[in-house]
Amino acid sequence: MNIEKIKNHPDYHKLVSGRSKFAWTLAVIMLVVYYSFILLIAFSPKTLGTPLVEGGVTTLGIPVGIAVIIFSFILTGIYVKRANIEFDELTHKLRKEVENK
Amino acid sequence: MKNIFFISTIVALFGSSALFGAGAIEGELQKSNINMSAIIMFLGFVFATLGITYWAARRTRTAKDFYTAGGGITGFQNGLAIAGDYMSAASFLGISGMVYMKGYDGLIYSIGFLVGWPIILFLVAEQLRNLGKYTFADVTSYRLGQKEIRTLSAVGSLLTVALYLIAQMVGAGQLIKVLFGLDYEIAVVLVGILMILYVTFGGMLATTWVQIIKAILLLSGATFMAFAVMYHAGFSFETLFTQAVAAKGGSTAIMSPGALVSDPISAISLGMALMFGTAGLPHILMRFFTVADAKEARKSVFFATGFIGYFYILTFIIGFGAIVLLANNPQYFDAKGVLIGGTNMASIHLSQAVGGDLFLGFISAVAFATILAVVSGLTLAGASAVSHDLYANVFAKGKVDEVKEMRVSRIATIILGIVAIFLGIAFEKQNIAFMVGLAFAVAASSNFPVLFLSIFWSKLTTRGAVIGGSLGLAVAVTIVVLSKAVWVDTLGNPTPIIPIQYPAIYSVTVAFLAIWFFSITDKSERARRDREGFEAQNIRCQTGIGADGAVSH
Repeated sequence: MNIEKIKNHPDYHKLVSGRSKFAWTLAVIMLVVYYSFILLIAFSPKTLGTPLVEGGVTTLGIPVGIAVIIFSFILTGIYVKRANIEFDELTHKLRKEVENK
Repeated sequence: MKNIFFISTIVALFGSSALFGAGAIEGELQKSNINMSAIIMFLGFVFATLGITYWAARRTRTAKDFYTAGGGITGFQNGLAIAGDYMSAASFLGISGMVYMKGYDGLIYSIGFLVGWPIILFLVAEQLRNLGKYTFADVTSYRLGQKEIRTLSAVGSLLTVALYLIAQMVGAGQLIKVLFGLDYEIAVVLVGILMILYVTFGGMLATTWVQIIKAILLLSGATFMAFAVMYHAGFSFETLFTQAVAAKGGSTAIMSPGALVSDPISAISLGMALMFGTAGLPHILMRFFTVADAKEARKSVFFATGFIGYFYILTFIIGFGAIVLLANNPQYFDAKGVLIGGTNMASIHLSQAVGGDLFLGFISAVAFATILAVVSGLTLAGASAVSHDLYANVFAKGKVDEVKEMRVSRIATIILGIVAIFLGIAFEKQNIAFMVGLAFAVAASSNFPVLFLSIFWSKLTTRGAVIGGSLGLAVAVTIVVLSKAVWVDTLGNPTPIIPIQYPAIYSVTVAFLAIWFFSITDKSERARRDREGFEAQNIRCQTGIGADGAVSH
């Protein structure tokens, strides 16, 4: 493995900065969503206990909770989709160039 | 606050046999019927998995086969296996039981378990795959001192595995006693022997397929139950919730957050333990080495998150279904009006209410299979820490042939299995509810910080990792031992010395700060090499160039 060659390759920089920016952004989004949910419960438990419709039984907390679960799954899907197309392509290109030279 | 620890669900599970005794007599006749179908289905599972083990044994020739199933598991299969590792009997019975008891709080609790997965995907999954070979210590020791870091990671792994294993063994014994009417000791020995057989002969290949089959059975069973519940409610959530509130005597408390998360510090601490703990469990991390490359590692987490999320939604429906469908059936309650077998039996009773004795047998067999699959994964992770980290790389300094390393891992498996049987029997009557919590705390405070910083922080040194990782472990263990869960509930002292329930917020912080401080002040020759090694490590981490590929079978 030629460290110098990869290190100075523009595609390597594109890959590293692109992926870390993307991954950290999604990680922060996930943390913000989860901790907003938890802190909302800790500071204002009544909010999620509000019925969706006047006189109904289903509370706001039900769709919100289910939404957090589905949101987590969608977030992983977004990452996998972009990584499998864009990042893997860059990696393959980089690998080919480094190994051929 | 008493019940907020996520382990509280397991407390009830382990405490369940005592409660069951009270109501067992009147159900005796019916019980033997139930046992037959459950036992037949369970035997079917055992024979099928032993067949798989035989098949896997013939394909397990090299160390790579043994530790990682040859690296040829697909992302989808691995996603199912990871989900299987995560959907333990404690989470199936415990979370649906918690929903049955507390309604909405059960959902909050399962969300905490789920949100660690996206974080694992974004920050560690591919990195692990690109840098590691067999154990996560391969990653932590990539550029740091082999001897020190592998020892630290192996200790962290073994401690996590042992605590988790004891909890599962005791849970298995109690559950089997309740479901099949077998003696506790026989149940524990049976679990131990089967687990030794799977792992020793079939290695990771057998362990993975046992886990996959169980995951499919559990997901199918839970889907059927949730479907039956929704059918009963005319496929309307509003109807289901209205009936549940009516069954609870008109109280709407189950529809909103209760006492689970009452103060922000505990909430954040619990969240940290669940999130970082998941990313530090050796048997989960090891699964990322069973796939061919970073792409498959990513896909594994995507599928795992989907299956786990789906499963938690099902347990929520099942819990509410149990509130509605068990309420008017006195046969599920003892004379005092307590659910027979305790709250954690809610989903088991519901299976009979919706599918009769045959389906009850199926769900009981699946619950047993679940424990079997999870303990196998744990044992393999523990055996790998002994053979690959301690024996091959610390003791023999990497100069050891594969045949010998594999022999050591098999011996380690057998020893771990026997130790697990003895500990399982020794801890039968102990209050061990703290153990899974402690396992998560150790994983979050020692394994995770060292792993995370070894991947992302170029200035990490061997000294920093060893001191910080050990301190994190020590603080986590100390807080748990001096807290109410151990000091009062297990050791019988009147008051806890430390009034903290969740150590993570303190122990994880201590670990990170200590690693940082003892790394930046490290001026040794070793530290210089540690820092220099980061660049090469990062290139492999980012591109996978030089990483281990798959072996085709």
